[in-house]
Amino acid sequence: MAAISREEVAHLARLSRIEMTDAELDHLASEMGLILDSVSKVQAVADQDIPPTSHAIAMQNVMRPDVVVPSLTNEETLSGAPAREEDRFKVPQILGEE
Amino acid sequence: MSREIIHQTAAEMSAELASGNVTAVELANAHFDRISAVDGDIHAFLHLDREGALAQAASVDASRKAGEKVNPLAGVPLALKDVLTQKGVPTTCGSKMLEGWRPPYDSTVVTNLKKAGVVILGKTNMDEFAMGSSTENSAYGTTRNPWDLSRIPGGSGGGSSAALAGFEAPLAIGTDTGGSIRQPAAVTGTVGVKPTYGSVSRYGLVAFSSSLDQAGPCARTVLDTAMLHEVIAGYDPKDSTSINAPVGKMVEAAKKLDVKGMKIGVVKELAGDGYQAGVTTRFNGALEALLSAGAEIVEVSAPSFEYALAAYYLIAPSEASSNLARFDSMRYGIRIGDDGSRSAEEVMKMTREVGFGKEVKRRIILGTYALSSGYYDAYYGSAQKVRTLIKRDYEAAFAKVDVLVSPTCPTTAFKIGEKSDDPVAMYLNDVCTIPVNLAGIGGMSLPCGLAPEDGLPVGFQIMSPAMKDELMYQVGGTLEAALQSSWGQPLYASAPTLAVK
Amino acid sequence: MALNYDQALEKYEPTLGLEVHVELNTNSKMFCGCATEFGASPNTQTCPVCLGLPGSLPVVNAKAIESSIRIGLALNCSITPFSRFARKNYFYPDMPKNFQTSQYDEPICVNGYLDVTIDTDEGPKVYRVDIERVHMEEDTGKSLHVGGATGRIHGAEHSLLDYNRAGIPLVEIVTRIIPGTDKYAPEVARAYVAELRDILRSLGVSDVKMEQGSLRCDANLSISPRNSGTLGTRSETKNVNSLRSVERAVRGEIIRQANRLESGERIIQETRHFQEESGETRSGRSKETAEDYRYFPEPDLLPIVADPAWVEELRVALPVKPSIRRKKLQEAWGVPDKEMAAMINAELLDTVEETVALGAEPTKARSWWLGEVSRLANEKSVEPTSLIQPSEIAEIIALIAAGELTDKLARQVVEGVINGEGNPSMVIEKRGLKVVSDDSSLMVAIEAAIASQPETAEKVRSGNIPAAGALIGAVMKATGGQADAAKVRELLLKHLGQA
Ligand SMILES: [Mg+2]
Ligand SMILES: [Zn+2]
Repeated sequence: MAAISREEVAHLARLSRIEMTDAELDHLASEMGLILDSVSKVQAVADQDIPPTSHAIAMQNVMRPDVVVPSLTNEETLSGAPAREEDRFKVPQILGEE
Repeated sequence: MSREIIHQTAAEMSAELASGNVTAVELANAHFDRISAVDGDIHAFLHLDREGALAQAASVDASRKAGEKVNPLAGVPLALKDVLTQKGVPTTCGSKMLEGWRPPYDSTVVTNLKKAGVVILGKTNMDEFAMGSSTENSAYGTTRNPWDLSRIPGGSGGGSSAALAGFEAPLAIGTDTGGSIRQPAAVTGTVGVKPTYGSVSRYGLVAFSSSLDQAGPCARTVLDTAMLHEVIAGYDPKDSTSINAPVGKMVEAAKKLDVKGMKIGVVKELAGDGYQAGVTTRFNGALEALLSAGAEIVEVSAPSFEYALAAYYLIAPSEASSNLARFDSMRYGIRIGDDGSRSAEEVMKMTREVGFGKEVKRRIILGTYALSSGYYDAYYGSAQKVRTLIKRDYEAAFAKVDVLVSPTCPTTAFKIGEKSDDPVAMYLNDVCTIPVNLAGIGGMSLPCGLAPEDGLPVGFQIMSPAMKDELMYQVGGTLEAALQSSWGQPLYASAPTLAVK
Repeated sequence: MALNYDQALEKYEPTLGLEVHVELNTNSKMFCGCATEFGASPNTQTCPVCLGLPGSLPVVNAKAIESSIRIGLALNCSITPFSRFARKNYFYPDMPKNFQTSQYDEPICVNGYLDVTIDTDEGPKVYRVDIERVHMEEDTGKSLHVGGATGRIHGAEHSLLDYNRAGIPLVEIVTRIIPGTDKYAPEVARAYVAELRDILRSLGVSDVKMEQGSLRCDANLSISPRNSGTLGTRSETKNVNSLRSVERAVRGEIIRQANRLESGERIIQETRHFQEESGETRSGRSKETAEDYRYFPEPDLLPIVADPAWVEELRVALPVKPSIRRKKLQEAWGVPDKEMAAMINAELLDTVEETVALGAEPTKARSWWLGEVSRLANEKSVEPTSLIQPSEIAEIIALIAAGELTDKLARQVVEGVINGEGNPSMVIEKRGLKVVSDDSSLMVAIEAAIASQPETAEKVRSGNIPAAGALIGAVMKATGGQADAAKVRELLLKHLGQA
């Protein structure tokens, strides 16, 4: 079985900003092992010379002209905000950057 | 069952509306009555928009009265999967995360529906963020299969298919990332189509896996599905992946009822062990019907399909882990733990812990893993190569045949709770539907009978080359007509009558 | 005890690389149709796309692609035949989708260079700055930190977000390590950003206003002991808002790192923020636990395959390089290096050029713009070009040349125009600033002057021409300076029989 440790799951949970209890981490670690087992067979056929497909329907150069279209109003923009102040989204203190 | 207006097909309702035998408002009210009567048991709807629906219906009635030319589906009711935005109407995606969110804009599908005068009754239940095959992963309760209330209605679009099977609406919109239109259609005895990727705009479809998601039409008949297809499909400059080409003539194709000389390929790899006996029986019966109708049936091999499920369960979670990052409680949706002392980062983490269900978290973690440096090549990168192989298999097959067919799913509807603790077993449900999404081609499921062992509907899948969706309608329409004449009535007419509350 | 710059350079060699982010001046955003105008009221240039609302999808702005290719061409880059957008995944509240749509391993332009000249002890020297890549991405929203020391993140109680800037097209220009800068690293950094800014301005692709953030420079700097052949740990300094700051930031960072190493500490890989007041950098986010950005190709966007014919069309239509244009102008105008440099530093080269094109003599145009107009602009803390038009300066210069204005009067005309009294002729009319050149009225004043200074007049009559100065002065005084002194002299001498 593809082993994935609780610490690895904890790292993934941090990267994806999800709080998890130790019990959840343990449970997920074992489930992830099973899932990874069943999906890792993709490696068996993925030869070097096969190009990856990112888009099923191949297209290119899809662009729009540089034309301004009406925006939402400030009210519409903030309509779903959990908190607001002075026409802005109000969020808890941000740590880490200036 | 006594035939009331709600039991009619959308095409029949359209004719009744056109002749003035019924008004759109009456039709909408008849459906709201039905919903009041049965949805307590089925739980197909998360939100009803009576006011909006009746206003739309009244406006269609006025247009008809004024002699204006309207779309054939103007005034026909529809159930909308709760993953598409509708301005001012709650859109939850079956998640607690979006509880109470009312989007300030319409999805293009909704814009097209409104333009055609289709009456949107409300939003239907689904697996959270479209992740699931049973609608058990909704934060708002499980939807039940009208054929057997102890069974799942399929997923993720179980609400839409259950609404059709329960006669709560004649039309519905689903979205299909790995089978979420077709598998629910199969297990509820209804019709569902996943159009070619890029033929229906994804603008306003809350993304699960961007390169796989596609919205499509659902109904009780092939013709109804075709009519709805023509309303929602078409080029949309707001979606970069939208195909800039005219929509095919789906309705015309559905009415052809002729498959003489067509080559139909049976995919060898989508059969055998693990397929319920009754599913195989009914599938083979449908092949015979097509043969009798003049089609040529050949066996086709698609060796890479064996890897499709694995590739899907890497690509979809990877894209989802990125798509769902935006649910962080800063701009919309719920916010947990903002007590003035916690940082934005802590609040994000707490909100995502509470706001997402188990399956969503599982897939976010899996996707985060598959994309992380050091694992990308082995997982996401390899999965994209498998995608190339699957496309090549389809190209090779479509060089020989017009369409491909298979059962839609290996089994009929399973019991609620039966697989909810075994994600791998649950994922196996999508083994026949997933290759279609990976290749971006069209796929349809239509009923091909009831499995003898459990009396539950079996789905027949038709796959057509990209941008040739009309072929599915041609074959599907012909098969449906042949089967119905052998049954003496449509399959849905034999659905159990639900206790009216 | 602490090392100063020269001492630091004696022991350590700096290694410099620069990343410049340029906001393009497209009308609409990178992936949506929202306007990009600076200074709009908060959250009014926002839509489902740039707010990252569930269900929204991006569509690439064609003009942004064109501008990016033109930038690449101007920087001698190759335009890649296939480029793509990717998602750079990390969480930050100013980023609506919690991923930035950017280019990763498939950027639109690669492998260019830019030559910059700086003054060294051995005279002017050219440094070739190799450009690794030019890629497209989108800007983030802006946060306002409330509580604590307002505006600063530390000690803030909460933050307020405005997403007007989110999704504005950015082009990121990344240099390779610039070799051999040694003690001139600060000057090279400044010269590079200045040259880059001039190029971007000549292309017309950006407002390039560092103080408004439409051009932002991150300086990556490390130092290593001389001749050690190793590379040190680098820091990345952000928040550098002027050319002068670029130079100061690099200098300050060299000194800081040298002193840290001297005291036995190690350099931490981190983001640092330049402090305008002190000229020092302050620690920001540590990058020691490397973020895993989980890049993958953006499934909602399609590859860009630049048509070679189109790229050639864009290449042919590129404007003359600023360095070449400057050389040509200098030759044509015949101005010395120093004056040329002054015009460039004051960012008035374009304005002077425009004024000259309207017929003004180059030295005069330069001296009016850099002298009187700049002085008044300085007083008001505004840009000189916001005060008066090149056409107005050209008109004033022409009036002086025609003898209709004296320098003194011309200054009053400039003042009038700046005060909003109208164009130069209106000011001259209203203020009555016309030079008095009417012979008969001048003669009245001349006769009065002779009458009041008979002895002086006698001296002139007897051939003492320099004595005429006192009489001319009197006439000028009597006419309030509005007389043409040359004309007065001519009439006076004639009247006294000396012409
Ligand atoms: Mg960047
Ligand atoms: Zn926008």
